[in-house]
Amino acid sequence: MSDIAIQVSNVTMKYRIASEKLDSLKNYFIKKIRKEIQYEEFHALKEVGFSVNKGDVFGIIGLNGAGKSTLLKIIAGVLKPTQGKVVTKGAIAPLIELGAGFNGELSGVENIYLNGLLMGYSKKFVKDKLEEIISFSELDKFIHTPLKNYSSGMKARLGFSIATVIQPEILIVDEVLSVGDFKFKEKSEKKIKSMIEDEGTTVLFVSHSLSQVERICKNALWLEHGCVKKIGKVEEIISEFKNNA
Amino acid sequence: MDIYFKNLYKYKDLFFELVRKDIKLKYKNSILGVLWSMLNPLLMMVVLSLVFMEFFKNNIPNFPVYVLIGRLVYQYFSEATNFAMDSINVNSQLIRKVYVPKYFFPLSRVVSSLITTILTLVPLALTMVITGLPLRWINLMIVFPLFYLLVIVAGVGLLLSAITVFFNDMKHMYSIFLLLLMYMTPIFYPASIIPEKYLTLIKLNPIFPIVEMFRDFLMYNTMPDISAHLYLIMNMVIYGGIGLLVFYKTQDRFVYHL
Repeated sequence: MSDIAIQVSNVTMKYRIASEKLDSLKNYFIKKIRKEIQYEEFHALKEVGFSVNKGDVFGIIGLNGAGKSTLLKIIAGVLKPTQGKVVTKGAIAPLIELGAGFNGELSGVENIYLNGLLMGYSKKFVKDKLEEIISFSELDKFIHTPLKNYSSGMKARLGFSIATVIQPEILIVDEVLSVGDFKFKEKSEKKIKSMIEDEGTTVLFVSHSLSQVERICKNALWLEHGCVKKIGKVEEIISEFKNNA
Repeated sequence: MDIYFKNLYKYKDLFFELVRKDIKLKYKNSILGVLWSMLNPLLMMVVLSLVFMEFFKNNIPNFPVYVLIGRLVYQYFSEATNFAMDSINVNSQLIRKVYVPKYFFPLSRVVSSLITTILTLVPLALTMVITGLPLRWINLMIVFPLFYLLVIVAGVGLLLSAITVFFNDMKHMYSIFLLLLMYMTPIFYPASIIPEKYLTLIKLNPIFPIVEMFRDFLMYNTMPDISAHLYLIMNMVIYGGIGLLVFYKTQDRFVYHL
């Protein structure tokens, strides 16, 4: 199908964990030569495969350590999977960590540019959106202040505004709707809803708040110990998850 | 391969922004700002000239220009490579969270240092005129050694930034290496005092022929041998190639070590 926005096929992520702590180079070489270093293999993800249609709102649920964040990082292109492939269509805005590219020494405006460019947009595009970003973040007064003087709530607001105003095709939301005060929380949830409904943005949504997932998502994926436990309609997945977990 | 060029095109604005940011942050909160790029070498030249002309009584003709050229080349090499070395570690926050072409970080620093170095050419030209060296068209030929230098620095910068991710001790080792390199380059002494038996060893240092070529174009108005160009092109390919290769092969593993 041509309107698949994210295609994850057979993704496996393997980590090697050294079974004992090696704290010096000498130690390392001695052990290496004697072949005493033993690695344990740890599968953060095991043959995960699914696809998300364009405009879909896709929830990912699972207990801590199920591999949700690893999966999101692979989709965002930060990690390379040991095996398998991820194909995405269109610009991705990772809300994984709001304002990941912020620099404290630069002012708000400069950070908006830097962040927009980090997501792969052109300078002109960011310039066109600048007004809207500033007004959505409600930071007009402080926008020329160096970011190091911002409060954490202000930073989060700025990050959220950049990621959403810029209208990415794919939005990755990882537990961020809890930023800011209740007013901004409401505003941001509304913004995400309008992105979904009016602009056809594909959203990957990860949260521990099952009620929020149920409210926002259509389909969901349940991860358990790195494996896909079930994919399907959000209501079914959540009720089963509640019973089993 | 295609995807690399597409990415490069897509993120080109980011590259320029990173360069701009580097320059801006370098002179942040200083009153004279970017003027320091010109003032600093000038003051340095005065100090070095005083020490080496008055105390050591060397007989290099036009010592101020001589030392400025040597300093310019060496300073660019050491500043840019040192700056690039840290670049992956400094941006670890970013690399762990969003996808960005990682080679942008060392390369943007190499380019931003180049821009401040090019500013140094202004006091250099000024010193040349004051000391009675007329400016000529041949002076413009310095774009050749400057380009060789840029590629070599980029290669070394990529290599160092990749190594430092896995091996943090590199930073401390490299400062010693830079000191060695400084004394292996005729910055304030004439190349003629180097004993014959060390000459081949010293010529392995790619900075040496670059400094000589700069001086040929700026002070002696002579065209260097074609062999000098070929030697530097060879160096360019080796350093650039090794840097790219090591960086390319290791970049996917950076994220586990940051």
